[in-house]
Amino acid sequence: MNLDHWLLVFILLSSFVTGLIIFFLKEEAHRLRTLLNLFGALLKVILVGVMIAGVQANHVYESRLELLPGLDLVLRADAMSALFATLSSVLWLVTTLYAVGYLEGEPHRSRFFGFFSICVSATTGVALAGNLITFLIFYELLTLSTYPLVVHRGTEKSLQAGRTYLIYTLSGGALLLLATVWLHTLAGPVEFSLGGALAQVATQHRSELIAIFALLITGLGVKAALFPLHGWLPQAMVAPAPVSALLHAVAVVKAGAFGIVRVVYDLYGVYTAEALGVLAPLAGVAAFTIIYGSVRALFQDDLKRRLAFSTVSQVSYIALGTALFGYLSTIGGLTHLVHQGIMKITLFFCAGIFAHTLGVHKVSEMAGLGLRMPWSMAAFTIAALGMIGVPPFAGFISKWYIGLGAVGSGSYWAVAILAASSALNAAYFLPILHAAWFKKRQDPWPADHAHGAGEGHWMLLAPPLVTAALVVAAGVLANAPFSPLEWVRYITEIEYGK
Amino acid sequence: MTLWDTAPWLLWSIVLPLSAGILTFLFRRAAPWIGIATTLGSVVSVAGLAAQVVHSGPLRYSVGGWGVPLGIDLRADGLSVLMLVMSAVIGVAVSVYAARYFSDADATDERAVQAHQRAYFWPLWMFLLAGLNGLFLAADIFHLYVTLELLGFAAVSLAALAGKRAAVVAAMRYLLVSLSGSLFFLFGVAILYAAYATVDLTALAGKVQPGPLAWSALALMASGLLIKGAVFPLHFWLPPAHANAPTPVSALLSALVVKASFYILLRLWFELFGAVVTPATATFLGLLGAGAILWGSAQALHQPRLKLLVAYSTVAQLGYLMLVFPLAQNAGSALTAWSACVYFVLAHACAKTAMFLAAGNIAHAAGHDRIADLDGITQALPLSVAAFALAGISLIGLPPSGGFIAKWMLLQAAIGSGKWGWATLILVGSLLAAAYVMRVLWHAFTQVEVARPLHRVPRTMEWSALALSLLAVLLGLMAARPVELLRSGAPVSMHAPGQT
Repeated sequence: MNLDHWLLVFILLSSFVTGLIIFFLKEEAHRLRTLLNLFGALLKVILVGVMIAGVQANHVYESRLELLPGLDLVLRADAMSALFATLSSVLWLVTTLYAVGYLEGEPHRSRFFGFFSICVSATTGVALAGNLITFLIFYELLTLSTYPLVVHRGTEKSLQAGRTYLIYTLSGGALLLLATVWLHTLAGPVEFSLGGALAQVATQHRSELIAIFALLITGLGVKAALFPLHGWLPQAMVAPAPVSALLHAVAVVKAGAFGIVRVVYDLYGVYTAEALGVLAPLAGVAAFTIIYGSVRALFQDDLKRRLAFSTVSQVSYIALGTALFGYLSTIGGLTHLVHQGIMKITLFFCAGIFAHTLGVHKVSEMAGLGLRMPWSMAAFTIAALGMIGVPPFAGFISKWYIGLGAVGSGSYWAVAILAASSALNAAYFLPILHAAWFKKRQDPWPADHAHGAGEGHWMLLAPPLVTAALVVAAGVLANAPFSPLEWVRYITEIEYGK
Repeated sequence: MTLWDTAPWLLWSIVLPLSAGILTFLFRRAAPWIGIATTLGSVVSVAGLAAQVVHSGPLRYSVGGWGVPLGIDLRADGLSVLMLVMSAVIGVAVSVYAARYFSDADATDERAVQAHQRAYFWPLWMFLLAGLNGLFLAADIFHLYVTLELLGFAAVSLAALAGKRAAVVAAMRYLLVSLSGSLFFLFGVAILYAAYATVDLTALAGKVQPGPLAWSALALMASGLLIKGAVFPLHFWLPPAHANAPTPVSALLSALVVKASFYILLRLWFELFGAVVTPATATFLGLLGAGAILWGSAQALHQPRLKLLVAYSTVAQLGYLMLVFPLAQNAGSALTAWSACVYFVLAHACAKTAMFLAAGNIAHAAGHDRIADLDGITQALPLSVAAFALAGISLIGLPPSGGFIAKWMLLQAAIGSGKWGWATLILVGSLLAAAYVMRVLWHAFTQVEVARPLHRVPRTMEWSALALSLLAVLLGLMAARPVELLRSGAPVSMHAPGQT
């Protein structure tokens, strides 16, 4: 009964218990709810900090619960889980602040924030899962806790989106379950460990493991929005902006991508996966998704839909980096897990501000926005440039490494994909930036809630400024200790046995 | 050795409800309290019994010391203990719920009907519990028949309790089904007794040999049990009977009563007829199960009324239990399949009780249970909707619920023996369940004015539903010990190589 044993459980509970309490708060208890929200979020960040310090000092944090004889629920902190747990806990904190500001005065806030907190617990569980069954449990919990957030508005359109969301994710979950059970019957209890755990099994059950890999990736690909499983994502845009931000940057999409990373590196092991020949098809699908998403984004006038298709494209960078067999592309893919998160959340925060304060939903309505809201637009600009891959922002770093890795492994086609995608990114982001900064506003704003001047509420403005600062920092300070890049280097060295 | 260790707990779990049946009939005012106390008492006695079985393996107890062949023998192994735990826990929750349900002034439309319901519910429920516990502890097939019959009569009377025309018609149909089912079963018992001169399960187990006699006995007993257990396509009587009963009764019928028939079938199949059954019959039962899952779910998807939806969900869920027969054919996965179906029974009992209670609350508050018009009222009853949702999670089989663990084991048994067809069926069934559960839940998220409840729903009624649904979800996290316990006294054929 020491802290090492319980730390991970506390990390989960810090948001879960908060969520449960919030459900029972009265709708009017605005202050108390905000206080609880922020308290839970802060506590989580602190606990994750303690965990990272411990992991660095080679502490082993592990909690187990026997589900069935021979089947354990395992929470474990390793370098990889620390990466994702940090991302989700930090971004949750800023998103909480944003959501409080965004939903002010709207109905059903207790319900919203309750599920919001549970959603974050599920994401943390996904991060800390020490084996596939644990991952699956939290992955499904994530589906359940995000559904109420997606349909929060309760309109016909959002309910329809929620239905699509569930059809996709539950079917994906079923495939994932099938694969998990199959693997369990073949290999017994397998735990995640850097370098993989299936090398032995792969010698006897080659074809089964290939089939299981395909099932796993299909199941995870639904949430990671790999083509053709991405259909739910643009529809889910009807959710309130903080939900979209969380879904795209931290929770759902990222959980899928993180799952792919886990499967390749910690379950199969990159060498085993390469030997089975399953990486090349994955790289192909990822590459196609990157281009497909970018092309579709080009034709969206709805800002959030454009961002959604951009996510489809950008998240596949992670899959591509993972699937290109090579030290450097692994670094690129894993770093993008973090970098895409902070960039995309900034973009969604800003899109939410534009919609909430000025009623601007469409790209074609954005002329002159930079003059009206210079701070918000500046944050948007930084994140957008990062997405394109302009140095010195975060996105450049990850693209650079994926590119280096592609060259290193002789996959020149992947370099071409990167180049084409960057061009497309520029093609759908630069016109927005141009219109916002350089075009003169002719018409009045669609719905000006700030009465002619000023930015949005400070609770809305502060989060994107913070995350935009992170985008800059992650790029400029990429070589500093504790930067995502350095942490990922550490992981990758273990994986490749250097 | 203390009194706790040596007390005849199996006897208590029958005697307590039996005497409570008489007491509640005599002292009507105190009936709810007697009922709750009795179910609590049965929790205690089951706990005592469980400790004994965990400690020293399967038990046998001769009532009055007469023993075979003259007296009544009771026996308890892992399976019976888990079934008793189920009836005790569900019993407490339903009793607490019923105490409010039948005393609440506006629970029913007419006061006369209400007084009548309150007077008869408690004695009948206590007899039902006694019959159920007796059945789970019976050591011989004649005693199984007797308890099955007792259970049937109590169940039919409870189903008719609402007194409305639809309920009475449904109950009459249920009566006919129940009687003919028992009759079939009795024929089977008679054949076995005539052939082998004993009714004791253990004694018979060694004697039954394949042959026309055993086959006809099996066919008769199995068909009787399939009718009573509402296994597709013999389920026609269940939805109206369950949906038209008062809410606590619906819960009891769906969660506990149908499971009794399945329990007997399980015992007979694996203990008595182990040498008689063929792979073809096993597959046949599995196919009935498949039919139940698909047909029951499809019907649930189209029901306009909430309670009917829940009742059809029972039809579908019972189908999964039938999968144990084909899945246990393979020696390597037999134990997993066996554990899976028993755990499925437990998970379904909790989830279905919670769901019926929650549905009852919603219907009570709305004054109707038309699913299409539930928008406003579901938003006025967040606790009941939460209970419905959590129960739904278990029925769908999403983690970490009890239903998930059960389906995990079912899938493990199916994949482990290479039976991909059954595995696919299990997953498709889950998705169908998700569809019919979501049909109800999405009304809780629509954009409407929150409706004012027509009738107030007391807190205890909401909380007892919620507590059970939480239990259904948490069952997934505490499966290890029950599954371990199940191995105690599991039929010999279960001990597959490498799985001890």
